[in-house]
Amino acid sequence: MDFPILSVIIFSPLVGMLVIMLLNKERHQLITWVSTLISLIPLALSCILWAYYDSSTAAMQFTERYTWIPSLSIQYFLGVDGLSVPMIFLTALLSTVSLLISFHIKERVKEYFAFFLLLECGMLGVFGALDFFLFYVFWEIMLVPMYFLIGVWGGPRKEYAAIKFFLFTLFGSVFMLVGILALYLSSTPHTLDMLELIKQGPAFAHGLQVVVWFFFFLAFAIKVPIFPFHTWLPDAHVEAPTAVSIILAGVLLKMGAYGFLRISFPMLPYGTNYFAPMLAILGVISIIYGALVSMAQKDLKKLVAYSSVSHMGFCMLGMSVFFISTEGSPHITALAGCYYQMFSHGLITGAMFLLVGVLYDRAHTREIAAFGGLGVKLPVFTAIMVTFSMASLGLPGMSGFIAEFMVFIGAFAKYKVLTGIAVIGVVLTAGYILRMVQRIFLGEFNTKWDHLTEINARETIAVVPLLILTVLLGVLPSLLLGQISATLENIVFLVVR
Amino acid sequence: MPNLKLMLPELLLFAWAILVIIIGISRRRKNNESLIYITLLGIVISGLLIPIAGYGELFGRTFLVDKYAVFFKIIFLGAAFFAVASSSDLMSKLKSDHGEFFGLMLLSTVGMMFLTSTAELITLYVSLELTTIPLFVLAAYRKDQLASSEAGLKYLILGALSSAILLYGISLIYGLTGTTFLNDNLMRLIQQSIQMLLTTASINPALAIAIIMLVAGLGFKLALVPFHMWAPDVYEGAPTPVTAFLSVASKAAGVAALARIFYAGLTSFHSTDWGPLLAVLAAAAMIVGNITAVLQTNIKRMLAYSSIAHIGYLLIGFVALPLGDSGSINGPASLMFYLFAYMFANMGAFACAIAFARNFDSYQIRDYQGLSEKSTGLAVMLTIFLLSLAGIPPLVGFFGKYYVFLAGWTDYRWLVIIGILTSVIALYYYANVIKQMFFNKEKSTLDKVKLDTPLAITLVLTVIGTIVCGLYPEPVIRFAVEAVAIFPF
Repeated sequence: MDFPILSVIIFSPLVGMLVIMLLNKERHQLITWVSTLISLIPLALSCILWAYYDSSTAAMQFTERYTWIPSLSIQYFLGVDGLSVPMIFLTALLSTVSLLISFHIKERVKEYFAFFLLLECGMLGVFGALDFFLFYVFWEIMLVPMYFLIGVWGGPRKEYAAIKFFLFTLFGSVFMLVGILALYLSSTPHTLDMLELIKQGPAFAHGLQVVVWFFFFLAFAIKVPIFPFHTWLPDAHVEAPTAVSIILAGVLLKMGAYGFLRISFPMLPYGTNYFAPMLAILGVISIIYGALVSMAQKDLKKLVAYSSVSHMGFCMLGMSVFFISTEGSPHITALAGCYYQMFSHGLITGAMFLLVGVLYDRAHTREIAAFGGLGVKLPVFTAIMVTFSMASLGLPGMSGFIAEFMVFIGAFAKYKVLTGIAVIGVVLTAGYILRMVQRIFLGEFNTKWDHLTEINARETIAVVPLLILTVLLGVLPSLLLGQISATLENIVFLVVR
Repeated sequence: MPNLKLMLPELLLFAWAILVIIIGISRRRKNNESLIYITLLGIVISGLLIPIAGYGELFGRTFLVDKYAVFFKIIFLGAAFFAVASSSDLMSKLKSDHGEFFGLMLLSTVGMMFLTSTAELITLYVSLELTTIPLFVLAAYRKDQLASSEAGLKYLILGALSSAILLYGISLIYGLTGTTFLNDNLMRLIQQSIQMLLTTASINPALAIAIIMLVAGLGFKLALVPFHMWAPDVYEGAPTPVTAFLSVASKAAGVAALARIFYAGLTSFHSTDWGPLLAVLAAAAMIVGNITAVLQTNIKRMLAYSSIAHIGYLLIGFVALPLGDSGSINGPASLMFYLFAYMFANMGAFACAIAFARNFDSYQIRDYQGLSEKSTGLAVMLTIFLLSLAGIPPLVGFFGKYYVFLAGWTDYRWLVIIGILTSVIALYYYANVIKQMFFNKEKSTLDKVKLDTPLAITLVLTVIGTIVCGLYPEPVIRFAVEAVAIFPF
């Protein structure tokens, strides 16, 4: 195809940012609408991408390749496969949703939307980049708008949360940079082309693979975040404005997992096999630890934040299991479960943060104990929130169930005890979710909240697509699995080689 | 008749310096911006003469023009241009002697240009003096301020001391080899080293002392740790345009001289002697510079310490000599690119500090609180410069760091790791300034910043350089790689 669809998807938000910068900063409505409409461009195009993407092959599609800095073999190289197409769609969708939920931003509107569009450009670029340098550039570009979005529009401890987020993630990414240098200099001929590096993967010395894998692990584990690298997450989530929490949970956390699957796994097969048990163990610790800490939370947003640690733990457990069965077919159940969890957690937790934000906007508190009986006063809000809570605890019929079920089935084939422990996590999740639902929505109505208003039309429009997708993916898993299985099979072959 | 055409840019700039001083005297006590524009014109013409002058050598290689020299000359002229253009506020605070200020700055630039263009130690020494003596005067130029006089005096005493040390090192080299020409040195030292390896397998102590003296002498000029003590005081006390000029051009000159001596003359001793020595100094500079910068509350001191750290990053490139046919992965070329990147971002950051002080008369970082409220443009530009210095893509500073680390990785992994970890620390203090400007705007009491035209020119050009060279560094890299091809690695 001649139309550079990936470049347009990635850079249309950047163009949008420039347009926003030209608008008068007093015209809040105009700025808000323009940015929301601009975010529809990548969304529409990513739907086209999903539709036209050929899921029967693991080959890169829609590639665009230009030399950029030939002296150091750096290219402008974009392309998508089954790993990136759903993520690009998820990013575009959650960006639009987040912009819809940002209409109440009243201060420094122009800067807010400009930074947001820059953030979207960086996120989409990460999922589209196939040159390692380009990947790193997009990976880092995101940090700057994120720093501002948390630091300017965040809660009471925003400055601390913003710099903590910035330093933590930069600490991880500089190690990725070291890994990139090491791989670049070890490849013959020197290349930063990810596909070429994947081809050379098995040829890298084992010692090098282990070290570089660990460097990449630091970068990605901080992003996911895997226990014990998660400490930035509760701070960032709690202080960030609602829309940014949605993006953090829905997209940024996925980047860590995506990094493992796109880079660490195929490029460093020996390292991956070497460290896979560690991933499984840390994944299970994250599941249990995240769930236990969630139980202890008094703040609703913190509860959702720690539940992310727990849920991404399932993702890591699933990721650690890959082998080729005796019949010679690749075992992708666990990996598919992992990917399903990435996508589904993006939808569910994105929606949870959205709904927490909706409640906070009205009640100005997130303390679970302060509410009670809201189901009487806000029936629609309660219905939506409870639905997503059920999805989050893994109720069959919702996407979260499919993901966790696949992870368990897949992982049980290799780690029986660990999977057994991980299942306890589901019980714990049910524990804290149901307790939260009970204490906020059921029981005696606290008359203090008589003034609360129902979720409005704009917020409903924002959340409904997530709801539809969550249910749809819960009953029709082939919708997503069909997109990714060829790519995942290829990854298993690459790792096991 | 020697082909003096080669020396045209230097000669013109020298004449222009005299001219500016004369004009300054004849229009004494008139505060006018025209002197700035006249000086800028001279710098631009001198830059345009560089391609006309061409390449070649004069006076038996005492003066030579190669791509290496040209690259550095562009950096010197660029830094001088930005420093002069940022000086109009300083001029309005000074009652007289405007011409001398610009004249001295041009003379110092001429010294730097000669410095890169020589492969002979005596000429190198004389050029270095021509570079630094005007800088002593410039540092003390605010005669009404005690801090400025103190800065000038400190700089003079330590500068003189370091010159003496350097000269002693040069004299030892001469004593060992009987020549001051770096190319002859090379041949003899290679022969000597082979002989030494064959006989005693150890280094000549006189040579070791000579190398230490050279490093210490130039280390003072570069403010390398542990020779950096003078820098923060001088940087804080000196008039800000001078500080900016010191932190970029004077460092570039020191690096240029160091590279000429070590690359052209002492390459064969790299792995045994000066490589490890400079690597340790680089590590110390990055660690001390970055950690101390975190503690600073004054933006000039913060930038001073951060510039000490940047010299550390530069030195990674310096010690990472290319191996065989490694093409563009080339330490010396990465060092030159890093300096080029550093020039834009650092001159820009200082220009922002000048713009701020011009309006609010403060260099305290906490006073920057809420700057973005009324002066969004300035705050955004300072953010871009600081992020470039911190090494955030796609700005030019990131590419400089990437290139230096890439070059250093093969031989000096530990140094690259230190560099990468300290760059995370660096982000903390750069982000602190950004935080002051953007977060908590409500408390802001700052009015809109007013700029004068030359300062605005500086800001716009440096911001363009920071972004454009970050997105498309290819031409600069290629030029730097070609430039270092003259050295016998």
